[in-house]
Amino acid sequence: MGQKITIEPVTRVEGHGKVTIHLDDKGNVRQTRLHIVEFRGFERFVQGRPYWEAPVLVQRLCGICPVSHHLAAAKALDVIVGAGTGDGLTPTGEKMRRLMHYGQMFQSHALHFFHLASPDLLFGVDGDPLIRNVIGVALKHKDLAVQGVMMRKFGQEIIKATAGKKIHGTGAIPGGINKHLSIEERDSFLKGADPMNIDKMISWAQDAVDFFKAYHKENKDFIDGFAAFPSSHLSLVRKDGAMDLYHGVLRAIDADGKKILNDVDYQNYDDYIDEEVKNWSYMKFPYLLELGKENGWYRVGPLARCNTADFIPTPLAQKEFEIFKNYTNGKPNNMSMHMHWARLIETLHAAEMMQELLNDPDLLKDDLVIKGTKVKRGVGLIEAPRGTLFHHYEINDNDQIEMANLIVSTTNNNEPMNRAVNSVAKEYMNGQKEITEGMRNAVEVAIRAYDPCLSCATHALGQMPLEITLFDVHNNMIDKKRS
Amino acid sequence: MAEKLQILIYGYGNPGRQDDGLGNHFVEKVKAWAEEKGLSNLSFDSNYQLNIEDAAEISDKDIVIFVDASIEDIESFELEEITPDAKVEFSMHAVSASYVVHLCRDIYQKSPKSFLLHVKGYEWEFMEGMTAKALKNFEKAFGYIKPMLLNPQKLLDY
Repeated sequence: MGQKITIEPVTRVEGHGKVTIHLDDKGNVRQTRLHIVEFRGFERFVQGRPYWEAPVLVQRLCGICPVSHHLAAAKALDVIVGAGTGDGLTPTGEKMRRLMHYGQMFQSHALHFFHLASPDLLFGVDGDPLIRNVIGVALKHKDLAVQGVMMRKFGQEIIKATAGKKIHGTGAIPGGINKHLSIEERDSFLKGADPMNIDKMISWAQDAVDFFKAYHKENKDFIDGFAAFPSSHLSLVRKDGAMDLYHGVLRAIDADGKKILNDVDYQNYDDYIDEEVKNWSYMKFPYLLELGKENGWYRVGPLARCNTADFIPTPLAQKEFEIFKNYTNGKPNNMSMHMHWARLIETLHAAEMMQELLNDPDLLKDDLVIKGTKVKRGVGLIEAPRGTLFHHYEINDNDQIEMANLIVSTTNNNEPMNRAVNSVAKEYMNGQKEITEGMRNAVEVAIRAYDPCLSCATHALGQMPLEITLFDVHNNMIDKKRS
Repeated sequence: MAEKLQILIYGYGNPGRQDDGLGNHFVEKVKAWAEEKGLSNLSFDSNYQLNIEDAAEISDKDIVIFVDASIEDIESFELEEITPDAKVEFSMHAVSASYVVHLCRDIYQKSPKSFLLHVKGYEWEFMEGMTAKALKNFEKAFGYIKPMLLNPQKLLDY
């Protein structure tokens, strides 16, 4: 009779989740599964609503990355109002959105590194859980904790200035943006009192990359070997192959670097990607049609983006990108913990992009919106902090949303996260009869590398139920608990 | 002078999820009331949830009142003083009020007197607007907190 061990909760991951590890009769890992209870139903909720409401409505989905949903929806609606497919907006419209997006990327990545990842790195996988958090970082490495706080704050201020407000921002509208940046706002970001200025943010972002490289040098076995496995990678890239987190064409490569999707127009994403439903998970499993359900899964996010892009169009990040690429001799990097490295390179890139944009006079102009001939279908893709985010809308003759389909970044990473958990479970759990704190955290570290987020956006006190379901070796449910 | 104490009222939640917007609603209403009363020592903020940067925001305040919706078994609202806590929670893309206070103390060496006002909510679907019962709870909480804002010594003595 096989045994089953259930680990939960997955701390520091949004939403509801549990990991089940099935042991065989010899005590070795037979099967692992990451179950995440994803809130579905949003697509139905927007049906019947006027299409122009979508960029604000979708922010109800998630209080963690509302900007990504806001912009992906706006990009889809750009198509519907005849404003082009992402590169047809006025210069002010596109650049304000880009600034908003890079502000979001910067603050989200900073949060992940300083708040979620650095405790694992600084205190080790088997570190004391009481200090293995940002409080522990604050006590031992106060400079890092302060930098994390201020980088988050800077990014949030950029979002507020471009989206209009922190909650339910209205900045992006179909066909453009509803405000430009004021001179005062621009100057506050360019020349704000130390440390709240873009020069300091770039400097700190560079320091964070250097911190990781130094850590990597001392901990090569862990960083290179932990939860490493080959995979395909997918992201947007600019038409010339550059990393572009706001807009581009869809590129997918396999574990050896061979192109599977060769820079295709994402308006036709459903010609290339489908989603599989599995009976043990509420979250779907996207896959590339060309490779089929079994082999078509792929990774998205910082690691995937650094693998698919040919170069990064800002100098400091490009320099770090070259070091990153040279580490694997130009081949795709399939090491899960290098996700942190890639994320920090992107953080630096986002800071450089913000500086470039803030110095662009187009941000101060008032030519904000463009519209053309309306069509009934639009798809908007964006590289959200956690990976490629898909928004697809179709409207009827009354301008109501008739169909919506969203593939969120974490869903794209569903299978890779399961693979990562499986890899770590086999390494740490084989032959073990009980779960130590270190072993449990090893599983969580593997998941955290992907920075999954399944927030249902409701966080009221006490509102975080976790479900434990037990099945016997014949897959019969023998117990179910809800915390 | 207690009336000169700098007080931050920080409501959080998602107003697109019915009663989860109680914290934000509270801030809107108290802000309007404070402007009417000319209470210049009060400042306000709202967000979907709390996060680490809020440690910086509260660091120059004397008193902080976080306001959130609650599904816990309480009468209508509760005001409790926050004890700093470094506890890691399941959901850590957002942090608790006690975590923010703890972080503020550790990295800024500041400990504003901090409270959590939790107001009972009932419905959490994808809809704007709060339930009538939640709004009643808000009114009660608002009525309770007003005298304290007019005389912050009451908060210091709480």
